[in-house]
Amino acid sequence: MIPATFDYVRAGSVDEAVDALKQHGDEAKLLAGGHSLLPLMKLRFAAPEVLIDLGRVEQLRGVCDLGDGRLAIGSMTRHIDVMDDPLVREHCGVLADVTAKVGDPQVRHRGTIGGALAHGDAASDLPAVLAALEGTLVAQGPNGTREIAASDFFVDYLTTSLEDDELVTEVRVPKIVGPWGWHYEKFTRVAQAWAIVGVLAMVKRSNGSIEEARVGLTNMATVPVRASGVEQALAGHSPDAIADAAANAADGTNPSSDLSASAEYREHLARVLTRRALEAAAR
Amino acid sequence: MTRVGMTVDGEPYEHEVEPRLLLVHYLRDVLEKTGTNIGCDTSNCGACTVHLDGRSAKSCTVLAVQADGSQVDTVEGLAEPSSDADETDGWHPLQKAFHTEHGLQCGYCTPGMIMAAKDLLEENPDPDETEVREGLEGNLCRCTGYVNIVKAVRTAAAELREGASS
Amino acid sequence: MTAVDTPPSANVGTTKLRKEDAHLVTGRTQWTDNLQLTGMLHVAVVRSPMAHARVTKVDVSGALEQPGVVAAFSGADLADHWAGGLPCAWPVTEDMQSPTHLPIATDEVRHVGDVVAVVVANSRYGAADATEFVDVEYEPLPAVVDMEAALADGSPLADTQLDTNRSFTWQKIDGDVDAAFDSAPHVVERRFINQRLIPTAIEPRAVVCAPPREHREYTMWSATQVPHILRLMLALTCGVPEHELRVIAPDVGGGFGSKLNVYAEEAICLVLAKRLGKPIKWTESRSEGYQATIHGRDQIQDVSLAFNEDHTIRGMKVELHADMGAYLQLVTPGIPILGAFMYNSIYKMDALSFTCHGVLTNKTPTDAYRGAGRPEATYAIERLMDEAANELGVEPFELRERNWIKHEEFPYTTIAGIEYDSGNYEAATAKAKELFDYDGLRAEQQRRRDDGDPVQLGIGISTFTEMCGLAPSRVLGSLSYGAGGWEHASVRMLPSGKVEVITGTSPHGQGHVTSWSQIAADALGIPFEDIEVRHGDTAVAHKGMDTYGSRSLVVGGYAVQVACDKVVAKAKRVAAHLLEAAEDDVEFDAGTFQVKGSPDANTTMQDVALAIFAAHDYPEDMEPSLDSDATVDPENFSYPHGTHLCATEVDTETGAVTIRSYVAVDDVGTVINPQIVEGQVHGGLAQGIAQALFEEAVYDAEGQLKTGSLLDYYVPGAPDLPHFTTDRTETPATTNPLGVKGVGEAGTIASTPAVINAVVDALRPMGVNDVLMPASPQNVWNAIQAASSASTTAASAADGGAA
Repeated sequence: MIPATFDYVRAGSVDEAVDALKQHGDEAKLLAGGHSLLPLMKLRFAAPEVLIDLGRVEQLRGVCDLGDGRLAIGSMTRHIDVMDDPLVREHCGVLADVTAKVGDPQVRHRGTIGGALAHGDAASDLPAVLAALEGTLVAQGPNGTREIAASDFFVDYLTTSLEDDELVTEVRVPKIVGPWGWHYEKFTRVAQAWAIVGVLAMVKRSNGSIEEARVGLTNMATVPVRASGVEQALAGHSPDAIADAAANAADGTNPSSDLSASAEYREHLARVLTRRALEAAAR
Repeated sequence: MTRVGMTVDGEPYEHEVEPRLLLVHYLRDVLEKTGTNIGCDTSNCGACTVHLDGRSAKSCTVLAVQADGSQVDTVEGLAEPSSDADETDGWHPLQKAFHTEHGLQCGYCTPGMIMAAKDLLEENPDPDETEVREGLEGNLCRCTGYVNIVKAVRTAAAELREGASS
Repeated sequence: MTAVDTPPSANVGTTKLRKEDAHLVTGRTQWTDNLQLTGMLHVAVVRSPMAHARVTKVDVSGALEQPGVVAAFSGADLADHWAGGLPCAWPVTEDMQSPTHLPIATDEVRHVGDVVAVVVANSRYGAADATEFVDVEYEPLPAVVDMEAALADGSPLADTQLDTNRSFTWQKIDGDVDAAFDSAPHVVERRFINQRLIPTAIEPRAVVCAPPREHREYTMWSATQVPHILRLMLALTCGVPEHELRVIAPDVGGGFGSKLNVYAEEAICLVLAKRLGKPIKWTESRSEGYQATIHGRDQIQDVSLAFNEDHTIRGMKVELHADMGAYLQLVTPGIPILGAFMYNSIYKMDALSFTCHGVLTNKTPTDAYRGAGRPEATYAIERLMDEAANELGVEPFELRERNWIKHEEFPYTTIAGIEYDSGNYEAATAKAKELFDYDGLRAEQQRRRDDGDPVQLGIGISTFTEMCGLAPSRVLGSLSYGAGGWEHASVRMLPSGKVEVITGTSPHGQGHVTSWSQIAADALGIPFEDIEVRHGDTAVAHKGMDTYGSRSLVVGGYAVQVACDKVVAKAKRVAAHLLEAAEDDVEFDAGTFQVKGSPDANTTMQDVALAIFAAHDYPEDMEPSLDSDATVDPENFSYPHGTHLCATEVDTETGAVTIRSYVAVDDVGTVINPQIVEGQVHGGLAQGIAQALFEEAVYDAEGQLKTGSLLDYYVPGAPDLPHFTTDRTETPATTNPLGVKGVGEAGTIASTPAVINAVVDALRPMGVNDVLMPASPQNVWNAIQAASSASTTAASAADGGAA
């Protein structure tokens, strides 16, 4: 299928992109890697009048150490470059590992971290990892920049708290310090399909018990969800508590029913997969 | 219309195109390089896989304007010209192995499959069966059941390793 | 059974690498969409978004104002161009109800995707854009979606021009079914659902049609399996004389039945080329094809088996509801009917009743999809045999062996009235069990059951046969099929000793060029490399019945063999003449004509070909030509068989199914090219497993296709499928000189029940006796939940509800 026509703006810098956004408002869409937007445009589910291509904005690519215990990943950094980045691998391996499960190789070669997050699809794998990491996104607009917590960024299905004239410039994640283990359970119909349910479990171990646990759920609501009840039930407890704690993994979720799974089944999967992910992460 | 220039299979091209023109349509309809195929409209099948600046990409999900200034490699540029009577002499080891292992039937997915496999082998010169299957996750074949594709990729990997070490 | 004497051969039976591959692996291909002709225009199709509606207005004027648009037409605009509706060639009953199927609907649309208008522009993009400016108004009509509800009194009609949704009811009864079931000690009865599938050949359909240029003929390139049938049918549909239409199937990227048809877009391109005088191209997008290209399966099967005390089968009853969709396409009604001969499968029984209700609905038409009628039948009988084994408390193999036709009983006339020429179910089964480590896996299964492992192991069996090689023309005639099942081949002996084989089959991935070269090479004694096989162009291969139904080798390859034999017979006379010997004294072997007892008196096929070209010296009562052709009509179907074994690991917590191992031992008779045969089995397995585990076309109650693209219709990728262990037994067919049986569909037919039997077997201790296809995690989990709530209910009932 064929996208509808649009005016094409190739931004050379963040400022140019912001200017273009300001000028065109909600008639414009930002083009990052294109792997969320172009499929929608080809099916004509999306038909922006103006497309602002960020592909030449070099300042949006790459990873740096912020020096405050966090890494900053340029929004136009491709999945493959996140996966392969030495800083990410050393300090935030969980992000590299989950990114390696996004889409398929070709998608990972083109898709970007900022594009995937700004699309706001809770079936995508990265929102849950950002939620679990308690990462932030830096948005830039005509009035400057602001930093948005992951928990405030995802608002509804395909909806974020970004303003029409803002773009995501950076994704900030904490360096993982200490004896953390993690595991992402991605449950799909076929390998290349979106997750029916995904569970990211992160566990910090201390003297044979769980000091802290974090659980991020993919596709269990219109936004990524933290299984906070599970997390609280595990803090300070032995791994033997995982099974009981995981039984509450679906609390506070609101999954949809669709062709792949009923809401009830998704809730069941969330419980089973949370237990498995926690057990793997605690190992 | 927007001016784009790119190198495709080693040849430079420049055209005025509509910004919405998909790279795969640029290759097929404008450059008449029809070796790269289209099998779906949802970025699932991978028939349109080419290499964009050295990495595999689905050319149905890239605008030609995004590829401006890039190097594009398609299945058409894989084989070396051969003066030998046996044309397979010039083929890339993947092309040879898909042939010898019967890794294709109708052949429609093959250009994309070969380009995806080439990327895989550049990253992992000795993949096991599972790694090959996962590496080809973005490409669908409806004829072969994949068994002989997996075999072909591993056969080509062995030949490439041998070529690299000799 | 008599073994066929096959001549010693150098090519047949060996793997020759495919001649087809060179252009495919290097990208020098000729897919229909590759064609760019001078002045070519692009057509885009406006389709109904509604399952069923009256079309009250179609205004194309807005589209005509768009840049680059050359023409736009509604159904009414082109109504005078159709000599008739799109054809259904298989009227299975005399009173079959068939909606009129114009290529562009005029006043009623009957499924989402039905064509309402076309736009012609000078670019692909321009045509697509302009479709949005065609103004169509619809008055919604109730959509008929559910087959059984469609047959109930008072149901809305899928086609308001008819007075029923029942297209036909077709019945075949053999033996005394009442006697078989009355007083039968055991009856096993089940309902199975064969879900709707979308074939998804990786090349979408495409059509290019050029108006007459230097010849007075239209030339159509189409991604079709059936150029010959298409030519005839388009001539009848579009009023273009058959001799003024040439159809070419260039490189065709898979079909699996979906390109065995005569489609609206083919007729539209021909009529537009005629009307506009320009070459016309249409290329389907995948999601468009999911609405516009035929679907497959979609049957509800109510089946029962009656057993004697000794576990021999007394008889079988089959009642089918088969969803035809909105129109009867080329062979739509015949697909479920093919099952009439297959439900008894490899088993002996005294009675079989088969009733099929063909039902019209407001969905995309169904038609042939790989296996076509036989996978459904095989699924039902092989699932039922496992259910029976469970109910009767016997090992599933033991029950099968008790009932199958023994090797020494061939040829065997089945209860359905057809004669299986050869087979050896014992041999295939023994080999499969050994390769599979059947006993070892059964032991592991028991261990896991004993341990309460959350991942249970299941073993699924499918001992199948099928009927293919369509088909004896007289039999097809008796089934009201609109054509015969013969095939044509011709052999042209070129003066330089090279050979052209022309075949009426139309390959699209099956490797006919290679296999036919092997047959001809051995028959003529000419090197494999010196043979070219031409096909798929009605101007080159003027006669043929094309490729479907696993017919190409058993009928088309047979024709090649016969044509070659005729060449040899002629050449032998010429050789005798040249060697000054009596014809009876000349022997032919491996390309050489030799006078018996005179080692120096010999000549070669190539020399004879040159001599007959020069024509200076040849027998007086001969024409100076070795060229020969053959049109063969098979005397029987072909009956490949085999034993497939599948081990699945079923995660009882999530419902996820993983295939741990899959063994297929197929008997397809004599094998021409082992590598190609293995490839056909692999591909068939993938599609059969895909039905079992992944794929389903889903419509909602309004008749909207919910699985409208590859995003929702789950075609398995490489990580989703296992390695396949394949092997063969070879029991030659006795009904063709090559001893070959069809192989194209066997894997698909056999594998679906093997997988589902394995899934059910894994869950049997939990009380699960069936899992809906596809056995998705949700469906498996549902089955487990239903079984556990049933057992809870039963337990609490047993407790007297005390609490």
